[in-house]
Amino acid sequence: MTGPRTLYEKIWDSHVVEKRDDGTCLIYIDRHLVHEVTSPQAFEGLRATGRKVRRPDLTLAVPDHNLPTTPRVDAEGRRLPIADAMSAQQLAALEQNAPAFGIRYIDAIDREQGIVHVVGPEQGFTLPGCTLVCGDSHTAAHGALGALAFGIGTSEVEHVLATQTLLLKQSKTMEIRVEGTLGFGVSPKDVILAIVGRVGAAGGTGYVVEYTGSVIRDMSIEGRLTISNMAIEHGARSGLIAPDEKTFAYLKGRPMAPSGADWEAAVKWWQTLATDPGAQYDRVVLLDAADIVPNVTWGTSPEDVVPVTGAVPDPESFADASKREAAKKSLDYMGLVPGTRMQDVVVENIFIGSCTNSRIEDLRAAAHVLRGRHIANGVKQALVVPGSGLVKYQAEQEGLDRVFREAGFEWREPGCSACLGMNPDKVPSGERCASTSNRNFMGRQGPGARTHLLSPAMAAAAAVTGRLTDVRELMG
Amino acid sequence: MDKVSVIDGRAYPLGLKNVDTDMIIAAEWLKTTSRAGLGAGAFERLRKDPGNVFDDPEYAGAPIVIAGDNFGCGSSREHAAWAMLDMGLKAVIAPSYSDIFSSNAFKNGILAVVLPQEAIDRLMEVAKTDPIHIDLEHQTVTTRFQDRFTFEIDPFRKHCLMEGLDEIGLTLTMDAQIATFENKAAAERPWMMGEGSA
Ligand code: SF4
Repeated sequence: MTGPRTLYEKIWDSHVVEKRDDGTCLIYIDRHLVHEVTSPQAFEGLRATGRKVRRPDLTLAVPDHNLPTTPRVDAEGRRLPIADAMSAQQLAALEQNAPAFGIRYIDAIDREQGIVHVVGPEQGFTLPGCTLVCGDSHTAAHGALGALAFGIGTSEVEHVLATQTLLLKQSKTMEIRVEGTLGFGVSPKDVILAIVGRVGAAGGTGYVVEYTGSVIRDMSIEGRLTISNMAIEHGARSGLIAPDEKTFAYLKGRPMAPSGADWEAAVKWWQTLATDPGAQYDRVVLLDAADIVPNVTWGTSPEDVVPVTGAVPDPESFADASKREAAKKSLDYMGLVPGTRMQDVVVENIFIGSCTNSRIEDLRAAAHVLRGRHIANGVKQALVVPGSGLVKYQAEQEGLDRVFREAGFEWREPGCSACLGMNPDKVPSGERCASTSNRNFMGRQGPGARTHLLSPAMAAAAAVTGRLTDVRELMG
Repeated sequence: MDKVSVIDGRAYPLGLKNVDTDMIIAAEWLKTTSRAGLGAGAFERLRKDPGNVFDDPEYAGAPIVIAGDNFGCGSSREHAAWAMLDMGLKAVIAPSYSDIFSSNAFKNGILAVVLPQEAIDRLMEVAKTDPIHIDLEHQTVTTRFQDRFTFEIDPFRKHCLMEGLDEIGLTLTMDAQIATFENKAAAERPWMMGEGSA
């Protein structure tokens, strides 16, 4: 008999194919999501060695990073060409590789198309207790449903395609517990930004994190997806949340989720997954919901978090020399001076989207702020990019597209968009963007682009005033 | 994969903390469907700084880079490792790495040496004028000034690096065990493994 175990340990134990003497385990992978950027070299590797995909039935491919978010078909429904030749080539490679290896492929013009991390949960491809990988670091998002999900590199993509396994060492465990009740105007994005600020960009390295506490329990599945999505921003490869009745209700009836007798059996097993009372974590971090306010970032690391009511910090205020150095570089890049009030920072671009914040609840939160309001004169571009075609359709049913359009936003086709500078949606060099995405690295949204991470409601508030704004004041 | 044993030469004294994968290779470079040619875009953002170490002729062609904590943080892009290889890098020395980067580096035969910050500080000094010697077999980093730092490395990774092994080939020899696991899992969790479930 084993002692009390954490959620992570239970999933791990049930996926060990073989354990070697040095502790390295061959771990079975239940679900593999593939997109166009990190897969071509893996398929090329399979071809070169004459290997095939072991379980195409457990693999799902969808294009997202390169796709322009402008209309994909003309008035007659004919597919429009993609202007960037390299993007077109990379997208074509996936479109050819998926059927060539027998993998299910969601086409760019299908309504189910979207960002991989939005599509997986939405289709019920992601399930509690499964091991799920994707050649993308934000794969951690799927942990919100209780899946052990993590990003892998292209060599590992090839390894999973060929063997449906990965060689891994068990990680240490960290519990991040958030207790209490969130205040008015405080969203899941603010919670995860507060966590990243507290733990630091590298604080979770080597750990699998489990988010617990009343704030997480009370949160919707979509909110939890926002939290787990950014586990990697505090260094953790996976960020788990125990599956509960909300998780089951979310999954029931989804196209790829089990049904009938399978569903009953699945729920029974899922109910056994939560961390046992008395199980130990290697590290525990506690946050009080009462301390969490709407947050924004000031620098070029997601750990550079400050309350929107705060100011740009002075690099000299950091104890650690390398952090001081990094902060100076950041401020230089961001064009900010210490002491500037965050609410005085003027933004020219607004981006509501990305796998962090592009689900229906995110769009509703932003639309709620924008209803009857208009973007400020200084805002040059305001984009709303739904996370999938299904999210887009749902939003249109609710009339949210009209709210956004009337407020001066552009309503786009689903994809990664301005989250990263790979497709035509970029933030011009030297300009600032209030962005609901997950990374504010130098050049992330295009060369020279300056990113401030925040929640959908806060992005909407910034659009209305043309500067970073405390949504609680605007709406209060 | 090429075998790795000794890496000897100059080192770029970068020293920066949280060097993210966007700094190593920016998104515009990820549109390629090949592994080659990414060196031209390596560290592009940092190269915008006048006086950056990568464009300093002193270090031209150095096989090593020395950095601060959390090297390779951010995305899973293996293009970062390919770009580094393509510009001639064979090793990184830093106090810590992101988990994904250290795996990607290993899979491409780039040695990611972990040393404490004090050792990094010292090596940063030496790197400005002299070469650095990394010996994988003995797990040491040495200089001509009698510095000698030992580092830890996972024994399996060390073995694979020294022998230049293909990991997929190794795993495929365990095909029978994988099939046994699949049969067991299909019986216990049919919804996860069954036909048409995914
Ligand atoms: S939306 Fe951004 S973070 Fe998410 S998968 Fe796309 S590029 Fe990555």
